Amino acid sequence: MGTTFTLNGKSTTVDVDPQMPLLWVLRDTLNMTGTKFGCGMALCGACTVHINGEAARSCITPVSSVAGKKITTIEGLSADASHPVQKAWIEEDVPQCGYCQSGQIMSAAALLAKKPNPTDADIDDAMSGNICRCGTYQRIRKAIHHAASLGAGKS
Amino acid sequence: MPTIEMVGRREFLKKSAAGGAGLVIGLYLPGKYEALAGVPPTGAAAINAWVQIALDDTTMLIIDKSEMGQGINTALAMILADELDLDWKKIKTEFAPAAPVYFNPVFGLQGTGGSTSIRASWEPLAKAGAAAREMLVATAAKRWNVEPAACHTENSAVVNTASGKQIGYGALVEEAAKLPVPASPKRKGTKEYRYVGKATKRIDSGIKVNGTAEFGIDVRRPKMLHAAVARCPVFGGTVKSFDGTKAKAVRGVTSVVQVSTGVAVVADNTWSAMEGRNALEISWDEGANAKNSSDAIHKLYQERLEQTGVIARKDGDVAGTMPGTAKKVEAVYAVPFLAHATMEPMNCTADVRADGCDIYAPTQFQTFAQIAGSKITGLKPEQVKIHTTYLGGGFGRRAELDFIIEAVELSKTTAAPVQVTWSREDDMQHDFYRPAVMVKLWAGLDDRGGPVAWKSRIVGPSIMSRFFPGSVKNGLDDTATEGIATLKYDVPNFLVEYLLTEPGVPVGFWRSVGNSHNGYIAECFVDELAKAAGKDPFEFRRGLLTKDARQRGVLELAAEKAGWTKPLAAGRYRGIAVVESFGSYVAEVAEISIDRKAHTVRVDRVVAAVDCGRHVNPETIRAQIEGGIIYGLTAALKGEITIANGRVEQANFNDYDVVRMNETPQVEVHIVESNDGPGGVGEPGTPPIAPAVCNAIFAATGKPVRRLPIRAEDLA
Repeated sequence: MGTTFTLNGKSTTVDVDPQMPLLWVLRDTLNMTGTKFGCGMALCGACTVHINGEAARSCITPVSSVAGKKITTIEGLSADASHPVQKAWIEEDVPQCGYCQSGQIMSAAALLAKKPNPTDADIDDAMSGNICRCGTYQRIRKAIHHAASLGAGKS
Repeated sequence: MPTIEMVGRREFLKKSAAGGAGLVIGLYLPGKYEALAGVPPTGAAAINAWVQIALDDTTMLIIDKSEMGQGINTALAMILADELDLDWKKIKTEFAPAAPVYFNPVFGLQGTGGSTSIRASWEPLAKAGAAAREMLVATAAKRWNVEPAACHTENSAVVNTASGKQIGYGALVEEAAKLPVPASPKRKGTKEYRYVGKATKRIDSGIKVNGTAEFGIDVRRPKMLHAAVARCPVFGGTVKSFDGTKAKAVRGVTSVVQVSTGVAVVADNTWSAMEGRNALEISWDEGANAKNSSDAIHKLYQERLEQTGVIARKDGDVAGTMPGTAKKVEAVYAVPFLAHATMEPMNCTADVRADGCDIYAPTQFQTFAQIAGSKITGLKPEQVKIHTTYLGGGFGRRAELDFIIEAVELSKTTAAPVQVTWSREDDMQHDFYRPAVMVKLWAGLDDRGGPVAWKSRIVGPSIMSRFFPGSVKNGLDDTATEGIATLKYDVPNFLVEYLLTEPGVPVGFWRSVGNSHNGYIAECFVDELAKAAGKDPFEFRRGLLTKDARQRGVLELAAEKAGWTKPLAAGRYRGIAVVESFGSYVAEVAEISIDRKAHTVRVDRVVAAVDCGRHVNPETIRAQIEGGIIYGLTAALKGEITIANGRVEQANFNDYDVVRMNETPQVEVHIVESNDGPGGVGEPGTPPIAPAVCNAIFAATGKPVRRLPIRAEDLA
């Protein structure tokens, strides 16, 4: 008895404990390691994915709860790092160690999908759940505005 | 880390004399180390241990440092691209295996820390690149039957200057690699640089924005198992007995085994391993620290503060001059333990077999990892291969070996590749913490407000006693006194004492090490002295930096760019601080808003000035200073690890919160053009931010902030 969901556009079925968090299904069952483990309690945002288009913390999402839903991970955001958010991240030289950036990018992409021209306050609201210990926040803010100018919200 | 530098150099020279001579310039020595150093792929030849050129001209640059955010791949590519005239698009990078040829000359072993990436690598790599270039030119010149001087190089090709004909490096490399390595190759002049000194975008951003950069936690090996370890919640405690029955009943769990750090649950996925770990029943012998607490440590420190320490620095005669000074200032400062909280929790993957061992590790110290692997497995060091992954943050935490030892022990016991993954709680409660310290300071001012005598007594643990015990002499650890013992101010009578005090909590290197606490303490005390002297904090400092032009230079630049003399809006305040560390000088001006009723502070803007000498990538310097400020701001505003019943009370980001997007100030970084140095940039941005913010609070409230983190009562 498995759980079936759509992962980056492809129907996917996994046979695991229904309580297993989506994060570990992605990382260990499906070997898709772009989504990161940071805290296990939805406190840091490293594990952010999109579930039916909404930013969600996969570390506290039991896989059974995503049955029938559409999941997008960093691997599915674009085929070739061409999503405007990814382009803006490269242009603004955002990453340092890079570990949190999958989650940052997924949060930013979800924000821009809803608010194509976010204000700084919108960015604070949408991004303050994502921790970066390298302290790239200032560049993330700039990159989100940059991505907005590239039309990220319209893609 | 001046101590490491001294000790490391000595050890390195000893090693060199023992047969490794020549490695210091980093040239490839065929034979002894050949098997250990990077083996070039088919169709490519190694010019030396850092440079492999393939037939299609692609140049593989072997990165002998750990990349943990500091952008070393990019910086080293820039250095090599200039000396070797490479086509930027044809450069690839790969992390070096563990091998003596890659020893960091500052440490005498292979490792990354102490803001040494550029300082250690610039010269050897540039020289290796220049040598490779001469060898390629010589090969092409011979083919054309012209003098080498009749050729030049550009875009990964040698060009016959007269005819315009060119041969790509790939077509020359096999022959070139057979030539003797020139001992003193001609180096490029600064004016010939196309990359060094110019803002250059990181070359690893692409893989860091699409999820493909491989961190330690992302390593996947065939038939790999996952493990989680239960460690004694009290430092130094051991396993008395355990029952793994319930753990084994968890779906996916394959075994329960004891390791040197505790009890491990091994499973076919990480979550099952963690669930199994939670189901373990363990009886611990909590050992000597079972009753330890922050209160007890505080009391111990206070007692030690009344004793006389060993002298770390002594100028003039403090005892003779202090009593006669016109005005005296005395203060006690304290800082807590801090966790590193790297975003990627500790982890390691090991594959131990009868004939060898592979360790896939986000490590800062490859040589130590190799030695540890060798000790546990009984294999020779060269049979233990270290595969350095990207590091999801280091900050000094990944200089440690605990996570590596666990993985190797587990793979040995289970006879399978094993990845051990720490939970955030494991990571926070089993760290090697930034030392908690307490410092008492006394100063005497003359009748014009000039500080003529300064005495400070530092009480705190020693990192080096555990990490490099040989460097601790007469109870002195430079990493415990740096930031105060290294002060640059013109104070004729100056005394620094240290009392090495063991708190029963493991301590380690934490971004900027001793400067992180002593920089805060000294620079806040300087503001107290400025106030006692009735002087502006900036002018007071400037007047005391007559002998150190670089320190004064960054101070003036930060003040100028921050508009120090310009009035601020109501409710806004400024503070300034300047700290030299790791060969670089950084001054920061913090602009804050205080809500006196709500007892909250917001840091609105930080202006930083940095003099790190000659430098490679100004964009990286800006990023590192920005990041260092955010890291230090967390320590100023939030960070505190406390101990109760021998246990760390904090566990995750809910009770050990960090600065987030909504609290991030606008940061401006101004870089001094300089031919000094080079200095480090990974750490020096961190020390000045806490004192700059606290001094702004002092300006607002008139009350010095003498302990961190900043509390509501400091803002009244």
